[in-house]
Amino acid sequence: MNDSESRPARDRIVADHAQIASLLPGAKTPWILQARRIALDRFAQAGFPSMRDEEWKYTSVAAIEKRAFTAMPNGAGPGGLESGIATHLFADLAGHRLVFVDGRAAPALSLVGRLPFGVSVGTLGDMLERTPEALEPFLPQIHHQTIFGSLNTAFMSDGAYVHLPRGVVLEEPIQLLFVATSPNAAIHPRNLIVAEAGAQATVIEHYVGRDGVEYFTNAVTQIFAAEGAAVEHCKLQQEATQGFHVGAIHVAQGRDSRFVSHSMAFGAALARNDITTQFDAAGCSATLNGLYVAGGRQHIDHHTRIDHAQPDGTSREYYRGVLDGRSRGVFNGKVIVHAGAQHTDAEQLNHNLLLSEGSEIDTKPQLEIYADDVKCTHGATVGQLDDTQLFYLRSRGVEEATARALLTYAFAQDVIDRIRIAPVRARLKQLLLSRLPQGHRIRELA
Amino acid sequence: MHAMLEVRNLQVRVDDKPILSGLDLTVAAGEVHAIMGPNGSGKSTLAQVLAGRESFVVTGGEVRYRGRDLLAMAPEERAREGVFLAFQYPVEIPGVSNVYLLKSALNSVRKHQGLPELDAVEFLALVRQKMKRMQMPDELLYRAVNEGFSGGEKKRNEILQMAMLEPRLAILDETDSGLDIDALQVVANGINALRSPERAMILVTHYQRLLDYVVPDQVHVLAHGRIVKSGGRELAFELEQRGYAWLEAQAPSGAPSTPGAVTP
Repeated sequence: MNDSESRPARDRIVADHAQIASLLPGAKTPWILQARRIALDRFAQAGFPSMRDEEWKYTSVAAIEKRAFTAMPNGAGPGGLESGIATHLFADLAGHRLVFVDGRAAPALSLVGRLPFGVSVGTLGDMLERTPEALEPFLPQIHHQTIFGSLNTAFMSDGAYVHLPRGVVLEEPIQLLFVATSPNAAIHPRNLIVAEAGAQATVIEHYVGRDGVEYFTNAVTQIFAAEGAAVEHCKLQQEATQGFHVGAIHVAQGRDSRFVSHSMAFGAALARNDITTQFDAAGCSATLNGLYVAGGRQHIDHHTRIDHAQPDGTSREYYRGVLDGRSRGVFNGKVIVHAGAQHTDAEQLNHNLLLSEGSEIDTKPQLEIYADDVKCTHGATVGQLDDTQLFYLRSRGVEEATARALLTYAFAQDVIDRIRIAPVRARLKQLLLSRLPQGHRIRELA
Repeated sequence: MHAMLEVRNLQVRVDDKPILSGLDLTVAAGEVHAIMGPNGSGKSTLAQVLAGRESFVVTGGEVRYRGRDLLAMAPEERAREGVFLAFQYPVEIPGVSNVYLLKSALNSVRKHQGLPELDAVEFLALVRQKMKRMQMPDELLYRAVNEGFSGGEKKRNEILQMAMLEPRLAILDETDSGLDIDALQVVANGINALRSPERAMILVTHYQRLLDYVVPDQVHVLAHGRIVKSGGRELAFELEQRGYAWLEAQAPSGAPSTPGAVTP
């Protein structure tokens, strides 16, 4: 797409911003205003990425650009949604939950229980309006700026704000549910999770949408794990079939901190996830697990980046994909071992199962190593179901369609089983079964 | 009255290479037949073709099972009709538990036979009893199918599956290979326990060792894709003494001159 063609979409978005800028939270705070202005300028300069851009080589966002998605400063009211939303919540999960409808907090649907002293679990909208100074050390700090990230900064209006003071361990997970309901909405959730030294938390970030509605989610989550902190993040992308999802998770890790990410992508017509973590001090560890399950004409892209910027870091990356129909998957796993990051131990694996002739995967491990005393491995596979395994199951009386579903299920389950939260595992397994032909036959496995 | 299994002039190719070239075999209910032969003679191919492995191309001949055209049946249909193959190399299936496979296999066969499916309690009682006979620890039930099993455990697991499914026609492909003498006895006891006037068995084996424990009614020698000699149990002893070369030399012309590597 050349520049003149993409201009109108860009101009429209800049004009939209001018219209609602004064209504966005934090409009009275100079540094927020400036951050938004810089971000919007970046977007206006660059426009949407094209497939000439190396980072977007296999994913075209022309479909997003073409549609006139519009940001709504106030969101739609959550009225009448209670029953529909209840089905998405993890009712069997103790803990705290924040629900956002079309990008704005829905307090009536949210529930924050008793919290340990000093812990904040609230909304970014409130923070931007009332206590922006608490955000200033974190919000502008993103290691890897992207165009969609800039767009998010320009339009961000709400999301989750979680702050854990030093040493606090929050046992129960925090559940964030983002529900899209309005046609043509551009929704820009922004989440900020800060774990001070030694603090621990688990956050579930869950995206759903109303079926038959076209909308665009453009989310950014920032996580700061200070010295010795541990953050586990589980993202469940279950957007509606006509939804578009671009989401980034950016993590900054302090000394000896631990970060675990699970990115489970099942939904959306087009989905792109960027997950980056930077080891800012020695002894960090990060585990990135992911599963993408796509069918029809779905397109699901994961780009991950781990910056081993300091010594003694460990990273494990384990992604699997199941692609059917004419769907397409993209996995790009970048691991950069910077000069001086000695004793880095990095391992990356990406396995893909193509269930149909028309499905496609582009998988690319990308290791850049500038230190000499390191251990880095990677591997990627693309394959079909194993004929010998299929025959073995069939020779025991299991019919072919069920045998195929069973092997596919087993393949994907491997990633799901890495999640520690039982209700989330159970939900994912049910979701996986519902996507497999004959899934009901193997339900008792889940 | 049909024989359990009638194989007539069976011809099979793999990658355009003839592996079976006109094989005849008739097995009646209640009989145990041993099929012996050198490596590459086509023994495993025969076993896999009978179970329905699709990578083998049948280019001629016919196979009737209880009067029906076996080759027209899908592998799962054969299993439900009572055909069972104990694999030479039991397949590992990560992520699928042994108990799940056993239960779904048993219930699919029972359903096909018009029997009620077993519930979890009935099933576990049955499988535990059979596992005891095979001297298998309960723990193997909950492991992934054959994953991380020792060679002996894999073979026992095959016989356990056979004991659960109670097939009409059991084909045991080199079930004795890789077993130490104790394991061989356990496996042989498992096989013998299933001998019955209603059941036929085909033991594919390279050595006569298994036949000391499971005494066959007939022994056939397969060479160059055909049965070149049949006899009683004493034929197995003769083979043990004399090897296979004298029979291979007698194989009719037209057979491939070099025995090809056959099956995994």
